[in-house]
Amino acid sequence: MSGTEDVQLKRRYVSPALVSSTASVLAAFMVGAVLIAAVGVNPLTAYGALFDAALGSRNGLSETLVRTVPLALCGLGIALAFRAGVFNVGAEGQLYLGGTAAAAVGVAGSALPSVLLLPAMMLAAALTGALWSGLAAWLKLRFRADELITTIMLNYVTIDFVSFLLHGPLKDPNSPLAQTARLTTEARLPTLLSGTRLHAGVLIVVVAVILAHLFLWKRVGGFRLRVVGFNPRAALNAGIDVRYTLMLGFLISGALAGLAGFAEVSGVQRRMIENLSPGFGYSAIIVALLGQTNPVGVLASAFLFAALQIGATTMESAAGVPSTLTTVIQGLVVLFLIGRAALPLVWGWLSHRLRPGAVT
Amino acid sequence: MPTENEGFSATSGIASEVVGEAETKAAPLLDMRGIRVIFGSFVANDAVDLTVRAGDIHALLGENGAGKSTLMKVLAGLLVPSKGEVRIGGKRETIAGAAEAMRLGIGMVHQHFMLVPPLTVAENVCLGLSSAGRLIPNLKQCANNIRTLAKAYDLDVDPNARIANLSIASQQRVEILKVLYRGARILILDEPTAVLAPQEASGLFRILRLLAAEGVAIIFISHKLDEVMALTSHVTVLRHGRVVASAATADTDARSLARMMVGADIALPKLEDAVPLGAVAEDGKGPVLSVESLVCRDTSGVRCVSGASLNVRSGEIVGIAGVDGNGQQELAEAIVGLRKVEGGSISINGYAVTHGSVAERINLGLAHIPEDRHRTALVESMTISENAVLERVGDAPFSRGGWIDKAAIASLADTIIKDFDVRTTGREQKIGTLSGGNQQKVVLGRALSRDPSLIVAVQPVRGLDIGATAFVHRELLARRAAGAGVLLISTELDEILALSDRIVVMFKGKAIGELKREEVTVERLGLMMAGQVA
Amino acid sequence: MNMLSALNDPVFAGFLTASVRLAIPIMLAALGGLFAERSGVLNIGLEGMMLIGAFVGFVVTFATGQLAIGIVAAVLSGITAGLLLGLYTITLSANQVVVGIALNLLSVGVTSFFYRLFFGAATDRPRIEPFAPVDFGGLGDVPLVGPLLFRQDMLAYLGLSLIVLTWFVMKKTRFGLNIRAVGEHPEAAETLGVDVVHTRYIAIALSGGLAALGGAFLSLSATGVFLDNMTAGRGYIALAILILGRRHAIGILFAALLFGSADALQLRAQLLPINVPLQFLLMLPYVLTIVVLAGFAGRQGTPAALGLPFLRSGSQKG
Repeated sequence: MSGTEDVQLKRRYVSPALVSSTASVLAAFMVGAVLIAAVGVNPLTAYGALFDAALGSRNGLSETLVRTVPLALCGLGIALAFRAGVFNVGAEGQLYLGGTAAAAVGVAGSALPSVLLLPAMMLAAALTGALWSGLAAWLKLRFRADELITTIMLNYVTIDFVSFLLHGPLKDPNSPLAQTARLTTEARLPTLLSGTRLHAGVLIVVVAVILAHLFLWKRVGGFRLRVVGFNPRAALNAGIDVRYTLMLGFLISGALAGLAGFAEVSGVQRRMIENLSPGFGYSAIIVALLGQTNPVGVLASAFLFAALQIGATTMESAAGVPSTLTTVIQGLVVLFLIGRAALPLVWGWLSHRLRPGAVT
Repeated sequence: MPTENEGFSATSGIASEVVGEAETKAAPLLDMRGIRVIFGSFVANDAVDLTVRAGDIHALLGENGAGKSTLMKVLAGLLVPSKGEVRIGGKRETIAGAAEAMRLGIGMVHQHFMLVPPLTVAENVCLGLSSAGRLIPNLKQCANNIRTLAKAYDLDVDPNARIANLSIASQQRVEILKVLYRGARILILDEPTAVLAPQEASGLFRILRLLAAEGVAIIFISHKLDEVMALTSHVTVLRHGRVVASAATADTDARSLARMMVGADIALPKLEDAVPLGAVAEDGKGPVLSVESLVCRDTSGVRCVSGASLNVRSGEIVGIAGVDGNGQQELAEAIVGLRKVEGGSISINGYAVTHGSVAERINLGLAHIPEDRHRTALVESMTISENAVLERVGDAPFSRGGWIDKAAIASLADTIIKDFDVRTTGREQKIGTLSGGNQQKVVLGRALSRDPSLIVAVQPVRGLDIGATAFVHRELLARRAAGAGVLLISTELDEILALSDRIVVMFKGKAIGELKREEVTVERLGLMMAGQVA
Repeated sequence: MNMLSALNDPVFAGFLTASVRLAIPIMLAALGGLFAERSGVLNIGLEGMMLIGAFVGFVVTFATGQLAIGIVAAVLSGITAGLLLGLYTITLSANQVVVGIALNLLSVGVTSFFYRLFFGAATDRPRIEPFAPVDFGGLGDVPLVGPLLFRQDMLAYLGLSLIVLTWFVMKKTRFGLNIRAVGEHPEAAETLGVDVVHTRYIAIALSGGLAALGGAFLSLSATGVFLDNMTAGRGYIALAILILGRRHAIGILFAALLFGSADALQLRAQLLPINVPLQFLLMLPYVLTIVVLAGFAGRQGTPAALGLPFLRSGSQKG
């Protein structure tokens, strides 16, 4: 089926990957429309309210961009890990821990100027995220513990651990709530657009996307990462250090998720709180898949999902459709995406993961 | 469908009700006429006729890719031909699947056994047989029937043994039992001696002769001429999907068959004594590869290599002969660095690499041409360029300071394509879309363009046609002449015999004997391969 | 406290009862995973199937007022989810891990969406009357055995009997033999007339039904309500139980009890000699899972064809 199709599409310079992602999104929206109709609402009204809220105003667009930051950073990390053949579904936990580390450093170093403090916080967040992800990697490489389950388990552990910290050692002495002290101006990411919450984290995202693209296609390390993801045994035979590459994949994705935590703490919440993330780390998995693990694609998908999530509450209040519909749409996107059995790109790396003879 | 008791008389062991009515003396048990099978634009079988009578042992002879397996897949119900008909006992049948074939009395003994390792013999034989108990299988009854059947044909096997614990030869006997149990009257054996030592092969032949005497029709797929001459009553030769000859074995000889198989007298490459072995030793350089008392274990803790020692000198080809599964594959993996070593040592060009990485060995001059290019050598989703530079991407000129130099890579890829005659649309073609022969050329080109001092080649011509095979052999000889040492591992004895200066025989994980080219006879080799040191 | 008084201590007895009760949902999900994995299909979607079972069971019981009907509905919904997973993994040969994760995410969304739809965002949560413990009279007071075995409800006993049934099916029946063959060497099974695809579909449908039953236990037996994402990772813990229990029914029983007791421990902190912060107790089941995976993730006992798509070679038009 896909043979001739692919050739024709290539001649028109539209990649099959783009087509399948777009088609999946459209299909998901159509099913969503059916559900909306079932509630007795006109789908166009509902979707109109959703996108108008997310994109139609200065404030709306800012909020969408703000939401894009953690989705894109986590998604990028997960995409890079996928390319190495690794499932890092621990982005949620790594985000939490990274945010906590950033907050701790921010509070402790409140005397320092921004130019020193912000990088220090970023470093702390990235290192912590990488460490946490590295733990799962170590468990996989040393004990053959399946990284899928360990990272999910670590997510739950992290949330409890952070809760402990916020109730105890890191708690704000001036507040009864489980949270850290408020970050001083030096510790906050500067706002880019006055009157909105749009913060410099967006710039971090852009830089990250560019670096990721360069890494994958122009650097030896990125080349080796892709080889390992496609065929670990051939990589080994070619003298590539597979264990190092896998570890690198884990660490990079953990660092990016940690950075996402930093961005939320420093740019949005201005402190560390218990419910920092409404599931960014999990949505980011879909973002990575929809973006076909391509840095630019991930960015576009993150933006789309951010719009969905921001517009959802307005859709509920304006049109009466439960906001959880957007979660349904996100799940449907994946099902349609992987239902296209002729997807060469995503299959190529992901199916290799489960082949015996994969190096561990 | 035979029940567990019906049709298991010790004398005949053959189900009596598969094809009921008058089977006239004239109608053969199996008659395939005008079979045509196409895959896309490739014609695998073209107007093939095959006639086999009860009691015949009929050889299907041909090179790799001649169409033997395809024809048998039609018979076994795994393929539907686009033209032609199959008659069983004179009656025209459409074989619509493996179950249907079994019902018609056609039993296939596959080259790669269709046995479930953790289950017992009885469980395997009675798998899928609803007659042995719909809800709860009656394994006791099944085991008894197996014993009876086994006794009739000298197929010594314990019904309660786990397949995983049986030897290869025993497992093959279980495969045969499996189809006999279901009343097979037409037996197809696909290269059955590929996994047997010469002595085990004679055991198999004895069983087959017993079956033929009982009226079973046997189709014996092989490319080994001596076996065909020794065992069979008739032979049909296939080449490029067509029948080139069909005769009684008594009416022909090995030379004629070989000529018909290949189409011409093929000249095997001759060894040139460009670098006399004596000269290298005086050089004091030492062997290119030295393996001492190597020990490796497989995943279940069993020793797969148990104290193997050998060496390869510059300018020589050392061939490792041995029945598949005696540790050659594992030895090669250990030498290359893909397998952990438990004991002993390996050194390349004098440097110890026993626990070193693959990268170290590549830097010391090792090149590996693995058995399974899809799994081990190539990344199918990547382009020819990317595959060409797989091992060297970190070295100049292909990258500088970690940044990839696309122009340098393109140049390498173009060189390989040109020098090794790779048929392709361009260096950006995904390597998965190339033919097997061309893929192997890229693997070869990549390995040899580095001017390696040690080449480890495992089954380098598997799946390749005559032309590509000759190409690969010529290249290996050229490298030998240029001073490289080659370790050649192959299950094709002719390849080993043609190319090797020395032949080492592996048996049960040890290198039990070594023969210089001049000393080799097939009998001595055969004995060694079966474990008997001369 | 010394040994004798411990046996009679009501808190300890409560701990034993809770251990079994908390073990049931993950045990059922693990049984579901057993059928799937032994047939060669990885079911990462256990979490989602449990959640669907919890939701459907609750909604139908609420609507009909009958727990039994709720159970049946839950199981049917799980079977449907299983068949959907089967469609993707068996027929479309999609990557089994990705499909499982997608299913889990979708389940969270779908159950939350429809819950809001049916019940609104009312702060006063709708409740149903959950299964009550079966009254065995004095048997329930026997030290050790009493709290363990004789203070559970119908659903728990159903779960325990399913352990025995699973053991029997896998070891003695033709269906079990087929599953084992299909999971180890599907090509061999196919050549002998076992329909690999058919067998795997049944296995994965069973898998969904059992996981959903486990989820239904959460809403219909443990709590009487439905909460968003109430499974809280239990479906993933079930995967660890599968590994620890070596994919055998009896092994799963004991592994589930181990996890159940870890879970029960956190609610009875006074049994511990030292003062541990609450959050660390909450972590316990998840940490235990990690420890199990690190300690027991050998290749032994893993079905050889697990996770690999089965490509039917037969009957291609030549």
